[in-house]
Amino acid sequence: MADAERLPQPVLQAPRRRRGRRSSVRSWRRTDQLIWALAWLAGIGVCVVVGAIVAFLTAKGLGALSPKLLVTRPSPSVDQSGSGGFLDPIIGTLTLAAIGTLIATPLALMTAVWVVEYGRPRWLAATVETSIEMVAATPDIVLAIFGLALFQFGILAPLSFRGSGGGVYGRSFFAAGITMSLIALPLTYTATRNGLRSTPRQLREASYALGKTRAATIRRVLVPRVRSDVATGATLGMGRIIGSTAIVVLLLGATLQNSSQGSVPLLGFLRGTGSTLTSYVLENSPAGEGNAPQKAYAAAFVLLLIVLVLNAIVARISRIGDAAGLSAGRLSL
Amino acid sequence: MSIDPLIIDRPEGPPAPHVTSNTLRAVASQTRPERMRLSDISVFYDGVPAVRQASLSIHQGEVLALIGPSGCGKTTLLRTLNRLTELTPNASHSGRITLDGDDIHELEDTRLRTRVSMVFQQPNPFPMSIFDNVAFALREQSRRRPRRRELEPLVTQALQRAGLYDEVRDNLDRPALRLSGGQQQRLCIARAIATEPEILLMDEPCSALDPRSTAVIEKLILQLRSELAVVIVTHNLQQARRVADRVAFMYLGDLVELGTADQLFDAPREERTRDYIAGAFG
Repeated sequence: MADAERLPQPVLQAPRRRRGRRSSVRSWRRTDQLIWALAWLAGIGVCVVVGAIVAFLTAKGLGALSPKLLVTRPSPSVDQSGSGGFLDPIIGTLTLAAIGTLIATPLALMTAVWVVEYGRPRWLAATVETSIEMVAATPDIVLAIFGLALFQFGILAPLSFRGSGGGVYGRSFFAAGITMSLIALPLTYTATRNGLRSTPRQLREASYALGKTRAATIRRVLVPRVRSDVATGATLGMGRIIGSTAIVVLLLGATLQNSSQGSVPLLGFLRGTGSTLTSYVLENSPAGEGNAPQKAYAAAFVLLLIVLVLNAIVARISRIGDAAGLSAGRLSL
Repeated sequence: MSIDPLIIDRPEGPPAPHVTSNTLRAVASQTRPERMRLSDISVFYDGVPAVRQASLSIHQGEVLALIGPSGCGKTTLLRTLNRLTELTPNASHSGRITLDGDDIHELEDTRLRTRVSMVFQQPNPFPMSIFDNVAFALREQSRRRPRRRELEPLVTQALQRAGLYDEVRDNLDRPALRLSGGQQQRLCIARAIATEPEILLMDEPCSALDPRSTAVIEKLILQLRSELAVVIVTHNLQQARRVADRVAFMYLGDLVELGTADQLFDAPREERTRDYIAGAFG
């Protein structure tokens, strides 16, 4: 080794990269040409559609958007100029996203850990996986109906809005947020499970070889390793939550303004009813009763911006995870 | 103890290593206490034997190399020493392994693995800082979580013993995954020896490293030998010759021959050993 180290090293300079001759598409088989063309068309077509949506909403929404709309509460008025903005729906959107994500994320993480690291008996693990797939496939309106029935039961009544006559409506930020967590759960679970499954076996063995228990290995090695996957899944789930309308209409009331119940500051708000950007867009669109399409476009544009920001966050988290060799793969909204 | 005539007759060459010849080292190791003994160990995967009735002993202060072609059972035998084969659902075994006279299957697996530690072929630092990687091995040894200032001297000592401290001392909170391959492997060694194990198992620790890093690791193995017993699996016959006191040759699950490094490489008793070392197969 000492002799090898003393040998003079020739100075090499990397040449300019040049490509060798490649076959042209014209020389391919007809089937391959067709598939190549369809692949290009599909990719470009999707870009055109997405671009059209963004361009349309930007053109319609940006023109109608003003800073005043973002900071003014909506108010009933026969005159659109006095009907206020959509501050309450923005708060409602963020509140539901927070409640749903805070419930779904730890639940998804613990479920994924159990399925991947324990998963016995096998039939139970298979049942859990199937259940989560069923939740993912269940339409929002079905989950909303289920949530409505659930939160009208006596035991969950404290979480619901109660009318002046004492009737339990089954509606509140609590009710909507908890039900929303079901639509975020499959996304967070899948991302976490894939992250755990892609973790090399050697990493677990390295921990066991140091005398660590399985629980310590999961807590100190595996969960930190899939942090970016959990964050990606949670962000995707958040995107699903803010895009849901059916649950908002049935379980939040989709009222014009957020209204609290009770005098306790945060608890009263969460037990109250309100709206989100999606229900606001529905209400004010040409198909709704508000008849304020300009404001609907503005709210839709804000919603689109939130989605784009979340997508950028997911991309950033994935890049950080990839750079550290940690994430299972890149997903997006 | 007579002096090996090969030492006197060896022609001029590179300076002799700081240790004496393999023969003298092996003789010295045999006088050291026995730490582990394998008696008729057989390991099966789905009922198919991967190791057949292997018996050998491991002594304090020696390096025992397991060599043989791929699939001969070297790694399986190594993983049996700290019961890692139990992690494989379809694995079973027969025979007895003792550590200081105690059957290792009567010991708690977690406790056993702090005494018989392991370094793997691919460097596998955890996604933590350099400090936390080494401290991970030391934490949760008791109910009370030790503070960082309690762990610092132990982490520093482990990194120094692994020959890594001088390269990372400026920032121990740097992510371990940003180290080079050779540094990561030394970090894994530091992590493995942090708990002061009695036996260190190494499964081809240099196979994924460049020659420069390999030389550093081999030097480290020779230094660690004075403190504990090292069992190393290697495909590299020259490496086995450089670092090992005793060498065990395995073939198709059988422990064919066990002897000092000089004896095995210069005068193997078994024909299969002779053929393997000559490169006839493997």
